[in-house]
Amino acid sequence: MKRRDVLLAALGLVIVWQITAMIVHRPILPAPWDVFVVFFKELGNGLLIHFSVSLWRVLAGMLISVLVAAPLGLAIGGSKTMNRFLSPIIYLLYPIPKVVFVPVVLLFLGIGDTAKITLIFLILFFQIVVLVRDQAVGIPPQLIQSLQSLGAGRRALFRFIYLPASLPAILTALRQSIGTAVAVLYISELFATKYGLGYYIYYQGSTLFNYPAMYAGVVAMSLLGLGMYFGVDWLERKWCKWKFVS
Amino acid sequence: MINIQSLTFNYQHNIPLFSGFDLSISRGETWSVLGPSGCGKTTLLYLLAGLRQPTSGQISIDSEVLTRPRPHSGLILQDYGLLPWSTVYENVELGIRVRDFYGPDGKHTPDNYLPKDNIDHWLSRLGLSEVVDKFPSQISGGQRQRTAIARTLALEPDLLLMDEPFSSLDAITREDLQNLTLSLCAEQNLTLVIVTHAIEEAAALGKKILLLDAAPNQNTRVFDNPNAGQKNHRGSQAYHDLCDLLWKEMQIPSPQPSPEGRGGTQ
Repeated sequence: MKRRDVLLAALGLVIVWQITAMIVHRPILPAPWDVFVVFFKELGNGLLIHFSVSLWRVLAGMLISVLVAAPLGLAIGGSKTMNRFLSPIIYLLYPIPKVVFVPVVLLFLGIGDTAKITLIFLILFFQIVVLVRDQAVGIPPQLIQSLQSLGAGRRALFRFIYLPASLPAILTALRQSIGTAVAVLYISELFATKYGLGYYIYYQGSTLFNYPAMYAGVVAMSLLGLGMYFGVDWLERKWCKWKFVS
Repeated sequence: MINIQSLTFNYQHNIPLFSGFDLSISRGETWSVLGPSGCGKTTLLYLLAGLRQPTSGQISIDSEVLTRPRPHSGLILQDYGLLPWSTVYENVELGIRVRDFYGPDGKHTPDNYLPKDNIDHWLSRLGLSEVVDKFPSQISGGQRQRTAIARTLALEPDLLLMDEPFSSLDAITREDLQNLTLSLCAEQNLTLVIVTHAIEEAAALGKKILLLDAAPNQNTRVFDNPNAGQKNHRGSQAYHDLCDLLWKEMQIPSPQPSPEGRGGTQ
C-alpha cells in the first residue's frame, strides 16, 4: 500500500463526506472541516489519552495472540498427530463470532484491561493458528529433507524453517484481523471503563450529543487501524524482504 | 565406505522397491544411479542419506550402521532445497549455523566439530561472490544449484549424494556444473552418488553406473566406466558405446540379468 494511494483514498472519502454533510445538513453529520478542528482541539483535551489506552489494548492483544497462537499453529502444522486431534476443535471454534463472548468475558474478567485484551486475543488467536498451521503444513518436504540432511533435528527445523516460514502467515493474520479487532475493541470499551476510544465515542455521541467530538473519536479510531496496517506492512518489509524482491 | 546388505524397502502397502539388495561403494568413487521412473533411485539416495530406514537389511557407512542422517554426508536435491527467505550467503552458511546451533554433540554435528569460517571460500570457489546478497528467487537455476553445492561443501563432507541435481538446467549450465562437480569431488576426495534419469549424464559422471530395474530390485547391475571425468570423455567412442548399451538395457524389460551385454554384476 503506497502512501500516495492512501492520501488519495482519504481525500476521496473526505469529499464524499463533505457532499453528504451538505445534503443531510443536520448536526448529527458535521462537515469534515468542523470535525478536524475539534479533533486537534480534543487531542489535548483527553482524546490522546483515550487513543493511547485503546492502542495499548490492541497491541497487548496482538502480542499475546502471536506469542500463544504462532507456536501452537507451528506445533499443529509440524505434527500429524496434533493436527488430527486439534484441527477439528479449531474448526469448530473458529467460525463462532467472537463478539458474542463480550458479555461473558466482561462478566468473568470484570472491569479493567484484561477483559478487553482477552476479546482481541480471542479474535486474533484463531486467525493466527489457522494461517500458521496451513503455512507449516504447506512447507515443501524437500526443504525439510534438505535441512535434515544438513544435520537438523526437530528443534533446528523449527528454528530455521518453520519459524521463518510462518512469519508471513502471522503478519497476514494480523492484517486480516485488524478491522475486526478494532471493531470489537469499540464494543468492549462501551462497558465498564472510562478510557478508550470506544468509551470516548459513545460518551460524546450518546451522552453529550457533541457530534463533532464523536466524529473526532471515529477519526482517531480510523487512524489507530490505519497505523496498525502500516505497522504490519513495515514489519513485513523488514522481516520478509524476500517477498518484495523482483 | 558404503555397504548395503540384504536391503529390503517398501513404502506402506506397496511392493518392495528393493528386496535383498546388496551394493558396495568404495571411498572416492563416483557412482551414477540410473533407471526408469519409479524404480527406486531417489529412495536409494534417501536411504543412503539416512532420511529413510530399510524395512530390513542394513546400510553401513564407514562400518557404522546408518540410522539417521550422517554429519559427513551431504545431500543435494533437484529443486535445490534453498530457503527462499534467506540470501545466498545465509543459505551457504545454513549448515554451519545448524551445527553451531547444536554444538559438537556427535549426533547432529561431528564430535570433533570446530566452528568454521569457510563460507567466503566456497562462495568464491563456486562463483557466487557477486550474488551473496541476492535471494534464491533473484538468481538463475545454475546459481541456485551452485549455492546448494557450496552449502553442502562448506560442511566438508566425505560423501556427496545428488538427486537429479542438473535436470532442470539448460544444456550448457548442466555440463558446466557436471564438470565442476567432478573436479570438486577429485579435489576434496569425495565419494559421489548421483541419481539421474539421463543416460548421457550417468555415462559422463559415474565411473560406476548402477542400473536399477522396475521394482523390486534384487540384483545389482553395475557398469564400469573408468574414463568418466577425463578430458574429451564425452566425445569418445567408449562413451557413445556405453550410452547405446545403457539405452538398450533400459528399453528391454528384463527382471533377470543375462550374462551377455552387461557391464558386470556384483
